[in-house]
Amino acid sequence: MTVAPSGLRLRRPASRSVHDNRVALLAVPALIFFVGFAVLPLIGVMLLSFSQWDGIGPIIPAGLASWRSVLSDPALPHSLWVTFLLMVVSWAIQTPASLLIGAFLAARHRYREWLAVLYFIPLLLSTAAIAITYKALLDPNFGLGVGLGIPLLSQDWLGRGGLALGVVIFIVSWQFVPFHSLIYQGAIAQIPQSLYEAAQLDGAGRCRKFFAITLPQVRYTIVTSSTLMVIGSLTFFDLVFVLTAGGPGDATRVLALDMYRRGFQANLMGPASVIAVILVLIGLGLALLLRRLGGGTPSHSQLDGA
Amino acid sequence: MTADFMTSDFKTTSRRTFLTAALGAPMLAALTAACGSSGPSRSANTGGGGPGSASYWFLTSQPQEGIRTDTVKRFNAANPDQQIQYTTFQNDAFKTKIKTAIGAGQAPTIIYGWGGGTLRSYVSAGQVDDLTSWFGANPAVKNRLFPSAFGPATVDGKVYAMPTEAVQPIILYYNKEVFDNVGVTPPQSWGDVMDLVPKFNAKGIAPFSLGGQSRWTEMMWLEFLFDRIGGPEVFEAAYNGEPNAWSNPAAVDALTRAQDLIRANGFVRGFSSITADSNADQALLYTGKAAMMLHGSWTYGGMSTDGGDFVSSGKLGYMNFPPVDGGKGDPSDTLGNPAQYLSIYSKATDEQKEAAKKFFSTAILSADEIKQWIGTGSVPVVQGTQSELSTSKDADFLEFVYKVSTGAKVFAQSWDQALSPTAAETLLDNIARLFQLSIDPRQFADNMNQVIGK
Repeated sequence: MTVAPSGLRLRRPASRSVHDNRVALLAVPALIFFVGFAVLPLIGVMLLSFSQWDGIGPIIPAGLASWRSVLSDPALPHSLWVTFLLMVVSWAIQTPASLLIGAFLAARHRYREWLAVLYFIPLLLSTAAIAITYKALLDPNFGLGVGLGIPLLSQDWLGRGGLALGVVIFIVSWQFVPFHSLIYQGAIAQIPQSLYEAAQLDGAGRCRKFFAITLPQVRYTIVTSSTLMVIGSLTFFDLVFVLTAGGPGDATRVLALDMYRRGFQANLMGPASVIAVILVLIGLGLALLLRRLGGGTPSHSQLDGA
Repeated sequence: MTADFMTSDFKTTSRRTFLTAALGAPMLAALTAACGSSGPSRSANTGGGGPGSASYWFLTSQPQEGIRTDTVKRFNAANPDQQIQYTTFQNDAFKTKIKTAIGAGQAPTIIYGWGGGTLRSYVSAGQVDDLTSWFGANPAVKNRLFPSAFGPATVDGKVYAMPTEAVQPIILYYNKEVFDNVGVTPPQSWGDVMDLVPKFNAKGIAPFSLGGQSRWTEMMWLEFLFDRIGGPEVFEAAYNGEPNAWSNPAAVDALTRAQDLIRANGFVRGFSSITADSNADQALLYTGKAAMMLHGSWTYGGMSTDGGDFVSSGKLGYMNFPPVDGGKGDPSDTLGNPAQYLSIYSKATDEQKEAAKKFFSTAILSADEIKQWIGTGSVPVVQGTQSELSTSKDADFLEFVYKVSTGAKVFAQSWDQALSPTAAETLLDNIARLFQLSIDPRQFADNMNQVIGK
């Protein structure tokens, strides 16, 4: 009698560890990719930031020289500021816009489904194609404004610092609002209908329901979507590169573009790696901060008692 | 690109796996698409890769691409046991690709380039062969080419590249029809240029077309102003690493005059967002929206194909950059690309190097290739082609380019090609700011003095 339970007790941990091993084995391919394509290059960039390399000759250790030259360069605060501006303003435009569109699309109407499909088109286009198209449309001499004879539209859109940054933010929002609307649409569709019914019985109007039920219920989705927006705009490169190449002057030179310019145009891989490390640190810091701001534990349900 | 890839991937992976997949997939797709554009656009299979087969990378875009391809094909047909295998790349992608390939030890046997500062960086890394003795042993190859073409191929007195293809001076183009309508004549001096500006602006025509986003287009203006005001010595001093060379009074005068022209609305509205790659600057000239344009001789071909009857009906005028009153520079001086260049990769096998040298001496700028270059409105870097130029349909223009190129007292190389890539990037960055009027000539000079000798 006493042997059997102890035998069972012995067997159970053993089988669990076999199971754990299998799970660990399943993670191996992903781990290999992660180490090979993320951790190793990151270590490489860290090392490069302490060296001097023109991309052609030998790599020479240079201590803190690259860090000193980048941190004392007035171009760095400027790029940081432009990146920050792009991040904050595009977040401030995209979040309310996608939340409202998401709420609109979450309702089940056939015409809204059609609208949702149409609305998704920008997401299907490649960023380079979007940039080239907008560049042609906004051309000050052959663009849309000149073609249609509308003076308001024929501004020097990409030739003036402030305007160019505004255009970049507009196109970023135009391109990514559909994606974030999709996330919000999913989150809002999951909110139990009973909450709204209860609110309706209490006499809550449309606005009240939105602010008292919808908004608190999608709180974690806001954190998720904001993280994607913020981190995404930190590494924004292709659109700016094709549209303005960082210009006019350095008006739209975001950090990622500054990194490319130093590394691949000026052949200064050391300083370029310094910027890459700065980008990683800022990105990690922001992701962490947003998680904290989100508060609560992911296991804590926001849904009703059911 | 690799660093960019790494950072984005690393950060997203720290979030939920599902979201990583959602975000990572489009990012990866975007990145691979971006990388794809720098990959080879076409690989030619020109027979087996025997031991004597050399590799050669060159640029796409017709009609030049077709000429390069034909030259390789002619060589391969004549030399069954020494084949050249070629791969073509788009211009900007090539510049990054070749750098990466050389750094990774996987460059082609024949390295295409523009000489100058980039060639110097290859030489100091020991990546290209010294061809001085080979040219010494083959004087016929050397002597038939323009002597001015060897300048950018020479580093510290040794020749590291074979000049090839066409000479490309920078030319002041103008629209004759627009000049007639406004009732003015082409400028004979810088004073005339400044006088013409308000006359064209009054008629709603931009005095000068400019693709300013490309930055090197703005650089051409400074190159000519520096030369006409202070002579070629001003830039040479900076190139040779003399301290504070950019603060030379002639340099500051040239920079000031450039900004004066911008303030007088000398350039087309929105010039800083126009790229030269899209040929929108050429379109402004041939559609009559702009009266003049300072640009390379290579734009002639584009304007004749895209501009309808603009070129064929003789509406396109061209001249050398006018002198600046009281300037020291010789008005015959010109600048641009004295030639394109082919170097031999030092890590190639001996058989590959032999094939490459045979290719240089027998196939490059053969009679057939010369004929093809002239056919596209270019002047090959070979001496004594006047009779062939004069029978071409573009005879006037070609003879003009030949005269400017061979008659120039100094044919200087474009600054961004002559300088090291590091200094060139600082230069272009500061030029863009100068043309935005966000820095003044003094600040420009100070910024540039800091990268002298780098």
